[in-house]
Amino acid sequence: MPVSDLRILIVDNNALRASIIEAGLRESGHAAVTHVSDMTQLLRQVVDANPDVVIIDLENPNRDMIEHALAVSRSVRRPIAMFVDRTDAAMTEAAIDAGVSAYVVDGLRKERVKPIIDMAISRFNAVERMRRDLDEARTELSERKIVDRAKALLMRTRGLSEDEAYKLLRSTAMNQSRKMSQVAESLIMAADLLGGRGKA
Amino acid sequence: MTAGALTINAGFIPLIDAAVPLAAAQRGFAESEGIHLALNRESSWANIRDKTAVGHFDLAHMLAPMPIATNLGLDPLPSRLIVPMALGLNGNTIVVSNDLHRQMAATGSFTPGDPVTFAQALGRVVRRQDRRPVFAVVHPVSAHRYELAYLTAFGGLQLGKDIDMIVLPPQLMTDALESNQISGFCAGEPWGSLAQARGAGRIATTKAAVWRSSPEKVLGVRAEWADRHPEALLALIRALYRAALWCDDPANRNDLAAMLARAENLDQPAELILASLTGATSEPQGVNAFVFAARAATFPWISHALWFYSQMVRWGQVEFSKQGERLARETVRPDLYRAALSPLKATMPGASSKVEGALAAPTPVGATAGQLLLGPDGFFDGRIFDPDKVADYLAGFALPAGVDGNSD
Repeated sequence: MPVSDLRILIVDNNALRASIIEAGLRESGHAAVTHVSDMTQLLRQVVDANPDVVIIDLENPNRDMIEHALAVSRSVRRPIAMFVDRTDAAMTEAAIDAGVSAYVVDGLRKERVKPIIDMAISRFNAVERMRRDLDEARTELSERKIVDRAKALLMRTRGLSEDEAYKLLRSTAMNQSRKMSQVAESLIMAADLLGGRGKA
Repeated sequence: MTAGALTINAGFIPLIDAAVPLAAAQRGFAESEGIHLALNRESSWANIRDKTAVGHFDLAHMLAPMPIATNLGLDPLPSRLIVPMALGLNGNTIVVSNDLHRQMAATGSFTPGDPVTFAQALGRVVRRQDRRPVFAVVHPVSAHRYELAYLTAFGGLQLGKDIDMIVLPPQLMTDALESNQISGFCAGEPWGSLAQARGAGRIATTKAAVWRSSPEKVLGVRAEWADRHPEALLALIRALYRAALWCDDPANRNDLAAMLARAENLDQPAELILASLTGATSEPQGVNAFVFAARAATFPWISHALWFYSQMVRWGQVEFSKQGERLARETVRPDLYRAALSPLKATMPGASSKVEGALAAPTPVGATAGQLLLGPDGFFDGRIFDPDKVADYLAGFALPAGVDGNSD
């Protein structure tokens, strides 16, 4: 793949996500990629990087600043267009859904820039999926801990075996159409209220 | 929430002038009108603009000139917006660094808060220096920028030429002042009062001093959404109007400050917000107090839209044209405002456009019901803006168009 001479600047508070996108761009032949995660000298870095394409996360409060900086800096004196094409509504929506925005020097051919933005969109989505998976894993882990504590409580106070305690929690949850972790939580809370016996 | 109530998705920026939509959503005014106003806090005006353009938001709290710029085709995304309502008057502050404030005071002719001596003293200080100072505004298409540019031009300084202009988000202004990256800024409240309270700089003058009772934020609505939901839009205008009356009532000021202060709204100290609401953080005391309902503060004046259009021309963002003037005029929709509020017997002005800058004191004007006082609405330099003579108004300024950093 030929090495691209497009200068690409990634502005993202999330340094991990920025480096994932940077890696993707390098793999597809873009050598002139820089990323900024420290926003204190952002304006200077935009001017210094003299970018043809800027990729920025939508949560970044510096979007207004970047737009203005690109409009006035010598490097991008021509009007800039967000995303590839003013009329490409589908890509625009996909980008906003993914939480990313891009600025492109007017006059760049669409076919040169579209893959860059597609890649940014898909990697933003991938990072978001990763974050969600991680959150779910964390929730699952804490739910399991709560169930374990409730089991221990039942074993101690009611003299049940571990298996019996588990089955009691499960059948209670099923009867009440609740999650086992919710029943476990109520049990622990009740035990706490009734004299601190819930402390495992 | 009423069963089956239509949900209206809206964006806002955490500023005191988002009070009216926040109160409508959080104090039950929207629900009473049978709608659900879902407000989303956003981190940039660019997000507000883009999410409204693609339809994620039906409408938003917007900088007054923003919808005009959109309809003039100045935005990256094509979209058409209407403004059926304004969201209040006054509120921005112009803050300078402690160092610049000292230098201006040392000229012996600067009265804190006074715009005329501010402009003159700033001109004197800057002309003595070798280095151009940097001032920040929150957006290139904003009342903040036009107020600052108007004021510095009076002192002989062109913003973008004699003074460098950058754009910064308001929450970063204090840091930028403290680290000497900027010498001053113009931003919506509470950010100027906050910078002053932290000792980073001083409020030198205010929006209300530049132009008394002047417009700031508006309700920007995607035209296509308004066409599809005419009844919901009228219901929303009524809800916002009632919210504005609530915000304006001095008896509710503490509640309003507490509501704005909450983490999901502005996430800033309530005492500071309260002081800012009443104009107590700037000189002359009370002049820059927020007005949410009185003096037709929510009325979408055609003359306000045309003044903003004149500023876009004055500072080189667009060339003057009859078509542009018409687009600006048609952006505001006093007809929808009137249609929504007539059933309430609300006090509305008889006219939809007025000569700006003519009223030196609160003056009774023709109204649809009750008594309506307008003004004072004077510009700091005593000029008059006649909305029927935009080109003549522009010709009266010494500085040529196209002087700002946006044009080449």
